[in-house]
Amino acid sequence: MANLNLVEAVREALRQEMEHDPKVIVLGEDVGRNGGVFRVTEGLFQQFGPDRVVDTPLAESGIVGMAIGMAIAGYRPVAEIQFSGFVYPAYDQLVSHASRMRNRSRGGYTVPMVVRMPYGGGIRALEHHSESMEAVFVHVPGLKVVIPSDPYDAKGLLTAAIRDPDPVIFCEPDRIYRAVRMEVPEESYTLPLGEAKVVREGFDLTLISWGAHVRTAKQAADHLAEEGVYDVEVIDVRTLSPFDINTVAASVVKTGRAVVVQEAPRTGGFASEIATQLMERAILQLEAPVGRVTGFDTIPPLGRLEDYYHPDVRGVMRQIRATMEF
Amino acid sequence: MPVTNLVSFTIPRVEVMDPAGTVDAALMPDLTPEQIRELYATMVTTRKLDDRMLKLQRQGRIGTFARVLGQEAAHIGATYALAKEDWLVPAFRETGSFLLRGIPPEKLLQYWGGDERGHDFPAGSRMLPISVPVGTHMLHAVGIGWAMKHNKERAVVLTIFGDGATSEGDFHEAMNFAAVFQAPVIFLCQNNQWAISVPYERQTAAATVAQKAVAYGMPGIQVDGNDIFAVYRVTKEAVERARNGEGPTLIEAHTYRMSDHTTSDDARRYRTAEELAFWQERDPLERLARYMRAAGMLDETAEAAVAAEAEAKVAGWVEAFEAKPPSEPEEIFRHVFAEPTPALVAQQEELLSSLNAADEGR
Ligand SMILES: Cc1ncc(C[n+]2csc(CCOP(=O)(O)OP(=O)(O)O)c2C)c(N)n1
Ligand SMILES: [Mg+2]
Repeated sequence: MANLNLVEAVREALRQEMEHDPKVIVLGEDVGRNGGVFRVTEGLFQQFGPDRVVDTPLAESGIVGMAIGMAIAGYRPVAEIQFSGFVYPAYDQLVSHASRMRNRSRGGYTVPMVVRMPYGGGIRALEHHSESMEAVFVHVPGLKVVIPSDPYDAKGLLTAAIRDPDPVIFCEPDRIYRAVRMEVPEESYTLPLGEAKVVREGFDLTLISWGAHVRTAKQAADHLAEEGVYDVEVIDVRTLSPFDINTVAASVVKTGRAVVVQEAPRTGGFASEIATQLMERAILQLEAPVGRVTGFDTIPPLGRLEDYYHPDVRGVMRQIRATMEF
Repeated sequence: MPVTNLVSFTIPRVEVMDPAGTVDAALMPDLTPEQIRELYATMVTTRKLDDRMLKLQRQGRIGTFARVLGQEAAHIGATYALAKEDWLVPAFRETGSFLLRGIPPEKLLQYWGGDERGHDFPAGSRMLPISVPVGTHMLHAVGIGWAMKHNKERAVVLTIFGDGATSEGDFHEAMNFAAVFQAPVIFLCQNNQWAISVPYERQTAAATVAQKAVAYGMPGIQVDGNDIFAVYRVTKEAVERARNGEGPTLIEAHTYRMSDHTTSDDARRYRTAEELAFWQERDPLERLARYMRAAGMLDETAEAAVAAEAEAKVAGWVEAFEAKPPSEPEEIFRHVFAEPTPALVAQQEELLSSLNAADEGR
């Protein structure tokens, strides 16, 4: 076991996959000599050289478009977008090509590519560095979307994403890059894409989240347990696409109530999808509407007001009470 | 059939003042001693502000920002060539341009301090806010330029961006549109030779940025970007051409980022101390000072006076910035649309009542 934070866990997954498969290539802005602006790829350039850890010109469409071609030609590119807020020049490549090359060529050409990006807010960053726009990827048929919440999952899920035969968007919540350390197996392992995880068992209500707010959710659940009021089950979605409705619905059938915590703006977010699927799967067991704790339908504010925007423990507890008292 | 050559090109590089401060009289732009003093004072003030901002950042009083150390001549010289009615479409490394465009500098501090109200510029500033997505804003300059032309206004647009920005597709679209529509736009690339850790050679295989103009059908010129006279001269000529309906120009100001990329970066990880030292000797501010000293425009007393005045101004701006009342949470909901939607009204209500409940300890 190694005691790793999320940055180190991602780096370990990259390193081991590069050692394991010579076709794995890391590319992006500042990923080489500089080791990435968050230092995720630190040391890889020195270990694998400039042909496998590739500093590219500053062009996201270029990075992703070229990665698609590399993947078609038999490589397993892992592209880094410096911040998720800068992925939009590449959105065309993702939507128009990465997601549909398999389909367009009737399985003849495939895109086993990963696009990694730091994502989400909470680090008092500049404009465009705090968005949570996972829904715009989830909505694209043919893309998988993974958002880990801790170092153990990050390593296993990224390894699985690199080995996956299809394009995977891998969002890394930068707020928790260095927030927690945990024991992570030294050897390589994979976690299945498409399986949610029950991270805390409970009977009163199912609290669902992903990424950085799994922590917020757990803290809220712990507080309520300490106060002796409610026994909350917490589920980490882990992969938004494919989404594991079975685990979530089974929990809600048991508890009868659900609250979803998402940092993204409220309208059209993934929480809405979860609520809909729960309605389809568990309407007769639901004792209250599915609650949501979300960002607002606004531009995420700069640092000074950031704390007002993001879901917090108090807000999650308030929503849990409201859903329980419905 | 013989092969014929359709196009051949040369790219001029303009230098007016050498690192010792000696100027080529034939190329010296038309600037009065008063104007030269103003340029010098603006550069000094910009540098003092930049230094002070670094301290504020280190003390946690503002957030991450992009320093301009070493690039003062490039963006100040170019911005100085604009008239009041002209537009400026900046990137994020143009502190001196804020001073020249009359944006209260405490606003710049407020913006980098994480408060969006800093971007609320005085009406009629004709300067767009800082644009963080690299290489995407130059198209806006083309649109504004098109509008100026369509209005039969004689205003032109200067847009500033880095060498890294020239790799984004939008840069190429902007150049193409500007030339096709003969928009009155001056593209100023501050080629500081680095895009964070990526050196110029990794950004493009072209010998110059300026030559990219050739492919789009507009003039491309490189200037010594640490020579404020050269930058001013070439920009002024491009401004006049644009004003006279002769279309866009690409100017590459060949300069150097003497600081880290931003306050979150450590340039020692990817470039050598020797390289930095080489460029420190070509410091644009010191170069202008050398010229002015030799021309009898600057003695020790005057230098100290300019420095003291700059210090005092910067201190005043910091004070004005820190005296600003804190932003209220409602600010998040302002300016999403002209009229807030019902959902936004409800969400604001929700936030305020949860804050009240928190105050009451619920
Ligand atoms: C579209 C986009 N991609 C990535 C970034 C992250 N980033 C910020 S500045 C920068 C380098 C910019 O280099 P250059 O254009 O040369 O300007 P300089 O910083 O040197 O002034 C990068 C990669 C960004 N802001 N926008
Ligand atoms: Mg640059």
